[in-house]
Amino acid sequence: MGPVRLRRCFVNANVHRDSTVNAAFLLTHGQEGFFVRDGAMSTQVTQVMDESEIRRALTRIAHEIIERNKGVQNLVIVGIQSRGVPMAQRLAKLISDIEGAQVPVGSLNVALYRDDFDKHPARTISASDIPFDVTDKRVVLVDEVLYTGRTTRAALDALMDLGRPAVVQLAVLIDRGHRELPIRADYVGKNLPTSRKERVDVHWVETHGEDAVLIVK
Amino acid sequence: MWILLKGGYVVDPSQDYSGVADVLIADGVIAVIVERIEQPSSQSILAQTKLDEKDGQIFDCSGLVVCPGLVDMHVHLREPGYEHKETIETGSRAAAAGGFTTVLAMPNTMPVVDNGAVVRYVLERGKEAVVRVYTAGAATKANAGTEMAEIADMVEAGALAVSDDAFPIQNADLMRRVMEYSKMFDIPVLTHCEDRSMTQDAIMNEGVVCTILGLRPWPRQAEEIMIWRNILLADLTGCKIHIQHITTRGGVEAVRWAKSRGIPVSCETCPHYFSLTDEALMTFDTNAKCCPPLRTADDVEAIKEGLADGTIDVIATDHAPHAQEDKEVELQEAAFGMVGLETAVPLVITNLVKPGIMTIEQAIYRMTSQPARLLKLPVGTLAKGSVADITVLDPNAEIVVRNEEFKSKGHNTPFEGWQLFGRVAATIVGGRIVSGALRPVRVKNGC
Amino acid sequence: MTQLRRKDVLGLQEMSKEEIQLILDTAESYKEILSRPVKKVPILRGKSICTLFYENSTRTRCSFELAAKIMSADTTAVSTAGSSIQKGESFKDTLLTLEAMGMDLFVIRHSASGAPHFAAKIVKSSVINAGDGMHEHPTQALLDMLTICQNKGQIAGLKVLIVGDIMHSRVARSNIWGLSKMGAEVRICGPRTLLPAEIDKLPVKVYDDLDRALDGVDVVNVLRIQLERMNKGFFPSIREYSTLFGINKARLRRAKSDVLVMHPGPMNRGIEITPDVADGEFAVITDQVTNGVAVRMALLYLLLGGSGHVDST
Repeated sequence: MGPVRLRRCFVNANVHRDSTVNAAFLLTHGQEGFFVRDGAMSTQVTQVMDESEIRRALTRIAHEIIERNKGVQNLVIVGIQSRGVPMAQRLAKLISDIEGAQVPVGSLNVALYRDDFDKHPARTISASDIPFDVTDKRVVLVDEVLYTGRTTRAALDALMDLGRPAVVQLAVLIDRGHRELPIRADYVGKNLPTSRKERVDVHWVETHGEDAVLIVK
Repeated sequence: MWILLKGGYVVDPSQDYSGVADVLIADGVIAVIVERIEQPSSQSILAQTKLDEKDGQIFDCSGLVVCPGLVDMHVHLREPGYEHKETIETGSRAAAAGGFTTVLAMPNTMPVVDNGAVVRYVLERGKEAVVRVYTAGAATKANAGTEMAEIADMVEAGALAVSDDAFPIQNADLMRRVMEYSKMFDIPVLTHCEDRSMTQDAIMNEGVVCTILGLRPWPRQAEEIMIWRNILLADLTGCKIHIQHITTRGGVEAVRWAKSRGIPVSCETCPHYFSLTDEALMTFDTNAKCCPPLRTADDVEAIKEGLADGTIDVIATDHAPHAQEDKEVELQEAAFGMVGLETAVPLVITNLVKPGIMTIEQAIYRMTSQPARLLKLPVGTLAKGSVADITVLDPNAEIVVRNEEFKSKGHNTPFEGWQLFGRVAATIVGGRIVSGALRPVRVKNGC
Repeated sequence: MTQLRRKDVLGLQEMSKEEIQLILDTAESYKEILSRPVKKVPILRGKSICTLFYENSTRTRCSFELAAKIMSADTTAVSTAGSSIQKGESFKDTLLTLEAMGMDLFVIRHSASGAPHFAAKIVKSSVINAGDGMHEHPTQALLDMLTICQNKGQIAGLKVLIVGDIMHSRVARSNIWGLSKMGAEVRICGPRTLLPAEIDKLPVKVYDDLDRALDGVDVVNVLRIQLERMNKGFFPSIREYSTLFGINKARLRRAKSDVLVMHPGPMNRGIEITPDVADGEFAVITDQVTNGVAVRMALLYLLLGGSGHVDST
């Protein structure tokens, strides 16, 4: 994306899931809620978490994971590709820092377990990278946003095909509601009531150059 | 009963005539051609010829070309035996729609036209057709290429030539005998030139397109070797031979050489050989599969040169109708050939006349008096007293090829959807309009 | 590129470099599944895949069937022997009949070049060309390229020699298109009788001297020589073919020291390739077979996805 020009709160940009609108930049220009012009449609973007809020939430989740699992014995962290991977790595590092012991971290490709294949064009992402046997491990699945629960369902199936974990827990940064399956997260950074028309974008320094959670209307 | 074609551009290569003129047809024959400049009035022509004013019609042909009815010396009418592909009746309607008033049917039917009885059958059926239908006889019994057919019997029954079309005679000695024998009856031997030992399972021209598509190659040399062989045999026997559907530069050069030596050789090409190249098969289009195969751009160039300098005497169509099930299959399995009667005129005008390769007079020459001369038929001319077989063309009309509009049973054309110039306005056989329509002129008092 | 926006995979001539890369990347990510104890993912549940083979084949059909089954699709195998094809049913009618039974994808092997292209026009379902006549065998070339990628890191800049009966080889044609698009220098070598006309107009360097052709190559892909060609006069004897065009250890010294030796199989050991080379350190022939399954899984996945967009997290 080229330089963002702010003029009366309007930014010319194509908004899509991977939009790299830099929230921090916009906010330093004094905009609480700002608009991105997307063709004829105006889209309102609101920041709901900033870098320090995300850091505090992840730290709390890291402590909760250690507490719930009584340490890091047999503990492994598995990020759901592609958006759960940076969060999984952060959590693993936080837990390792707190406990002084390395926690194995992996990433899981759930594309081959999805239930929306007939509606969705086939897309490819990288292979699962789980450098350990999951059997008898305490697995914390990590994703950034919990919504319908379908991705989590796919991830559970993908995980089970790799072995028989002792326990599977779920950690998410945002729980935005609207569940379509009986799935509940064990660790939640922030509960965020949303409407179905809205979209929640999580930006990570690793992938977007900043840490932020945005609601796009 | 008379028809007056008024004000058309009359082209009659047989009399080396072209100019704006009126053509009067009376009782099925050409009565008179009157040049516009010295024309008194229509009535006075009628008066001079003592025709009843009420017994005829005047048509306005201004802006149109009026020429002798076209002669196609290479068509497959499929009857008897393959009536699902075409019949003499449907084929003749296709001919009329395409501007052809005389056609020569090839003998590869079932049974093969290899004796007088089958010749008579075809000619008998042809009498009911809307155009003049003649036939060639097979040069060998059952087209098997092993024994000479009863050529005298067929000539007696009305065959105008013998041919080995679709079943080229491989044995040089047998071909020599066929030529020697045919010479007794002064009929031409029409020959399909293909060395079959080089074309086993072959589908398309040997070259880069064939290599890319992984199809069995049909090398140009398979055609040229046979052209040379037959030229040498014609030189030996003195028999007139006519090379059918010539497609390659080397073939044209061979014929040019033979003619320069006075060897009695003539040849024809077909519209697809100057309109398409082997790239038409890039999509595995079965309608572009024909025999000999479509060649390269260089060959197309050579064919056009040959047509322009007269090396190629005749434009024929090799009209080869097939049923849907013969073509809607894998390319390898598909039948060879394409329909041609109803696209010939626009392809000739668009690809030869419009770009200036040849004049409309030269094109008409190769489609009228040349084939008529080779077959010794008294057609292809507007000479006074000859049968009134006339084709009226609109060379500037723009058309789109639509095979569902074809009169032929065969819809197998690779030109579907092509935008071309040239339309057959009307086809007149024996003084009767058998296809198309012309603008009538109302006869007023004192017109 | 993350999607394959086409209904059919008929050949590599018509495919872009980006599409080929997408297929290779996808296939690479599926190799992990092949190494699992339970080789099964549910993604193609309920999909029906028909392998329609008008020519005998063991490895290609097995590979496609295995790929489909690993992805939980149902497979139906139709072959010429003992089917309605033998009773004279046309190719078109066979296709329409099978499509009416609900086939989502056809894998077609046919002795006629262009048959899968014809099929693709007849059916609305997807078609994958599993080898048509002498035309193309795209999945073989893709698995060859995946094998090269795995061993060499990339294809661009490599010198790849294809040796043998180029004329009758669909494997050669697909490899020529694929490798040249991916930036390799493609060399072909074989007896002049088995090099098709004007092959030099394709992006290849043409040799009839194997030693010169081998000079400095990174990969040698050895084609199967079909013995029946001898009867048709393309070469005089096995012995002479083997002498001139057989790959052996001594000859391979002309290639790079880390040369890869590939063969699409089935091999004529001792004719186009000596056993010590086929089983030797440079040979990656069994890797090719494994990669074949991954490549076919990738194609089934990429072709059978829906076209809409669903947002569910």
